[in-house]
Amino acid sequence: MATATEQWVLVEMVQALYEAPAYHLILEGILILWIIRLLFSKTYKLQERSDLTVKEKEELIEEWQPEPLVPPVPKDHPALNYNIVSGPPSHKTVVNGKECINFASFNFLGLLDNPRVKAAALASLKKYGVGTCGPRGFYGTFDVHLDLEDRLAKFMKTEEAIIYSYGFATIASAIPAYSKRGDIVFVDRAACFAIQKGLQASRSDIKLFKHNDMADLERLLKEQEIEDQKNPRKARVTRRFIVVEGLYMNTGTICPLPELVKLKYKYKARIFLEESLSFGVLGEHGRGVTEHYGINIDDIDLISANMENALASIGGFCCGRSFVIDHQRLSGQGYCFSASLPPLLAAAAIEALNIMEENPGIFAVLKEKCGQIHKALQGISGLKVVGESLSPAFHLQLEESTGSREQDVRLLQEIVDQCMNRSIALTQARYLEKEEKCLPPPRVFSGLETSRFIWEYRVQAAEELERRVLRPGAKSGRLQESPLGSLNALPAHSARPGFGRSLCIRVVVTVEQTEEELERAASTIKEVAQAVLL
Amino acid sequence: MRPEPGGCCCRRTVRANGCVANGEVRNGYVRSSAAAAAAAAAGQIHHVTQNGGLYKRPFNEAFEETPMLVAVLTYVGYGVLTLFGYLRDFLRYWRIEKCHHATEREEQKDFVSLYQDFENFYTRNLYMRIRDNWNRPICSVPGARVDIMERQSHDYNWSFKYTGNIIKGVINMGSYNYLGFARNTGSCQEAAAKVLEEYGAGVCSTRQEIGNLDKHEELEELVARFLGVEAAMAYGMGFATNSMNIPALVGKGCLILSDELNHASLVLGARLSGATIRIFKHNSSGVHVQVCYIDMQSLEKLLKDAIVYGQPRTRRPWKKILILVEGIYSMEGSIVRLPEVIALKKKYKAYLYLDEAHSIGALGPTGRGVVEYFGLDPEDVDVMMGTFTKSFGASGGYIGGKKELIDYLRTHSHSAVYATSLSPPVVEQIITSMKCIMGQDGTSLGKECVQQLAENTRYFRRRLKEMGFIIYGNEDSPVVPLMLYMPAKIGAFGREMLKRNIGVVVVGFPATPIIESRARFCLSAAHTKEILDTALKEIDEVGDLLQLKYSRHRLVPLLDRPFDETTYEETED
Repeated sequence: MATATEQWVLVEMVQALYEAPAYHLILEGILILWIIRLLFSKTYKLQERSDLTVKEKEELIEEWQPEPLVPPVPKDHPALNYNIVSGPPSHKTVVNGKECINFASFNFLGLLDNPRVKAAALASLKKYGVGTCGPRGFYGTFDVHLDLEDRLAKFMKTEEAIIYSYGFATIASAIPAYSKRGDIVFVDRAACFAIQKGLQASRSDIKLFKHNDMADLERLLKEQEIEDQKNPRKARVTRRFIVVEGLYMNTGTICPLPELVKLKYKYKARIFLEESLSFGVLGEHGRGVTEHYGINIDDIDLISANMENALASIGGFCCGRSFVIDHQRLSGQGYCFSASLPPLLAAAAIEALNIMEENPGIFAVLKEKCGQIHKALQGISGLKVVGESLSPAFHLQLEESTGSREQDVRLLQEIVDQCMNRSIALTQARYLEKEEKCLPPPRVFSGLETSRFIWEYRVQAAEELERRVLRPGAKSGRLQESPLGSLNALPAHSARPGFGRSLCIRVVVTVEQTEEELERAASTIKEVAQAVLL
Repeated sequence: MRPEPGGCCCRRTVRANGCVANGEVRNGYVRSSAAAAAAAAAGQIHHVTQNGGLYKRPFNEAFEETPMLVAVLTYVGYGVLTLFGYLRDFLRYWRIEKCHHATEREEQKDFVSLYQDFENFYTRNLYMRIRDNWNRPICSVPGARVDIMERQSHDYNWSFKYTGNIIKGVINMGSYNYLGFARNTGSCQEAAAKVLEEYGAGVCSTRQEIGNLDKHEELEELVARFLGVEAAMAYGMGFATNSMNIPALVGKGCLILSDELNHASLVLGARLSGATIRIFKHNSSGVHVQVCYIDMQSLEKLLKDAIVYGQPRTRRPWKKILILVEGIYSMEGSIVRLPEVIALKKKYKAYLYLDEAHSIGALGPTGRGVVEYFGLDPEDVDVMMGTFTKSFGASGGYIGGKKELIDYLRTHSHSAVYATSLSPPVVEQIITSMKCIMGQDGTSLGKECVQQLAENTRYFRRRLKEMGFIIYGNEDSPVVPLMLYMPAKIGAFGREMLKRNIGVVVVGFPATPIIESRARFCLSAAHTKEILDTALKEIDEVGDLLQLKYSRHRLVPLLDRPFDETTYEETED
């Protein structure tokens, strides 16, 4: 029955198809196709595709205005107009047309003007000419370079030394040669700019510890140890380095090396030591901070120093065990890709080493002189001495900041200028505030890093506000709690960790300065500071 | 980009056999009819009117394709070396083969290994075999001839012993002594000696503190005049000039467009700056894309996209765009297509940083570098960077440009604040040699040097091509790479040449792509015709010995015709 009905329906349908007029069939066909199309076509889009037309692109290109390549520099920018030194920058030097006693060049041992050094350099110049015309790999290795490396290694009592043609590039190339992405570097907050750039180039994880604070370093190392236990597989390939300076360029303080060595073995991290300031200064023979503390030099994985301070030449070197140092000959960027050191400068450095070896007494003399001026400079009202008394380069800082960095710069510059007028050449230590990344920027900069202009403007505005609103409370020491305190609490005390590079006048002691001159310098600074600050 | 009425016609021949990255590109305007006919025979000729006005001189640059068989054999060579490397590592591991390399201290054996094992595989097993070709110590002026200290290795290059002998008078084809100012006599040396005696060797302070000598100011003033820019600043190291100044110019939110073959210092500087970096294919400015090959990474495309789409994710417009290019690329011997780059830079309002490390002194009728070579205006280049190491026979680098730029760098350059300034005798060498090039010493010596170098370059390149070597680069570039391809030939070529008293530089991976190992000759104005002929004779011999004459487009030797660009012809096979 059911089948009969179905059959009937089917027959009916076929019949209907026959009987239907053609136009009807065509219409139905079109409808069916329409439905199929709807089923298979993409969903209806509310928005047209956002491709830009060529014309729109051209308009965008036309519209775009880049920032200027560099922002304009105000004419009175404190760093724009350099001091001009006429003649050699040695013990007595002519700065801006006035003869001064040099308390600003890092010529600790007075080798810049040494006739023996000059004679050696001259002999080399007459043999090799000036330039090397090639990197070390491509006929830029001279016998003098090999000699110098050999001499440095022997002097430092290490297996091998490697020289670079630029002091800054030494540690900045050495760090990324070993420390790669994923490795961990523990670094002192006060580390110098070259170290910071090296770390940046290495792309490693950077952990900052408070300046010379071993407890803080140990805390970080411990944290890392716990982290490592969680992921031992990763820990097996994560190298750990501690990067410190012997004498800190930024603070004039010495690193606690014995403690560092203990931590090194406890937590299995390698130590890289930057000795630009301490090489040729500390220790009985001028070997630096390892000799000063009597530490086996093999316990330090890598020592780097420049030859631009005590050795009074140009360039830098790294020394340590061959296992470590040799790697840089293929991986140290500043070594491989740069022209080698002009032979005359290498010859000068060799002769300087000779002199250092022949006169080991020179280091004691330097130390004594440092102590003398250090003592003489104590107790200036308004200025305080920062840095170890054995450091030949140390800093004078304002005891109390005026509240604005600009004002501080001006005050310090005034002291420097007046000292210069009285024949004592000093200089402010220069920093690129924006770039000193290792430290949390001083609070006044936070969030204002975009442009120097903005911060200058803000500082002015803050000063203005302070003058109007906060002056009464300014001396109460409660500045930080006032609503604008964060803008005013400027870093005057670098010894306190966590602050930015503090403004300071740098005093550099050399062996050439006589006791008399040291006394005179101290009294001049004292008098000038009194006059300027009070 | 604009068609210029009256501009010379500019043709480019595109090889019928397909022109990809390695194809030969020719771009010239004066052609003898013979040359034009030869070009017509070569295949299609494209009339490139868009950039016709950009080039004021012929621009012939060639990168002949690597022959397929050679490429395959090179890969096989590396395969064999790698297999043997593994085998020997295995033997070393089981102490069957003696291990020469330095080892970790006993006390620190349980530290995390300082090097990844694989990192050193290449050094240990490939580089070590041919290590004697690098770091050859010399003991004389790196002039046209040089004395090399003989050394021997009794442990397969793991260590070297100096025999005490000196190989005298080796022809120096390796030093970047383009203008021959590496000398130990003459005015430069005398002047430098005088300054050395007066000032000493070092400075012991930075520019911003108390290391700014009157000599530095004098140098900078001279450099600015030499370059034809408003002001200039000099730095103590060429490498650091790039790596320490690029971060002062650009930062976060800025875009750097960098040529893929840029020097390590530019790459480092770009990385340190924190800006976004995008790489464009070597020397491919926009125009070529349309004509020669479709290359989506070209400079113009990158520029256009950068401006249209802005920064990724935030979609903010870029603060500024800096294009980093070099004048002469030291490994390819190619010259930057500066007219096109400048046209693009102007069109898209980008800034141009031109590194003239190899081109300053070595290009241009009076040695002013690649800008003069193309007859362009130095004003169009925003940052003119270069080094004193090469053509001036000294050391250090400079940046030249507008006064505002230099003022900014004086206050913000990392180098000025943290690094010791240039050594005074080195400064004096630069001053004297630069004055000599400028003709301010009252002689025409400098000019002659520049001309001599250009002549030497053309002669040497042409002769090598006639011999059938594959030579890369521009016909005017004094850096001449000769392709060796196979790893074994790197060592063989270097040694054979030294045996014949010629010092050459050979380079392989990673300085070049893995199959494109090469020897590199640096020409100098100090090379005399005899020296070049001797060198060429020996190269010819070694080329036959090592079967290095790969080229399928050997030039027809010229017999007695005078030598200029109109005489260029090619044989086709």
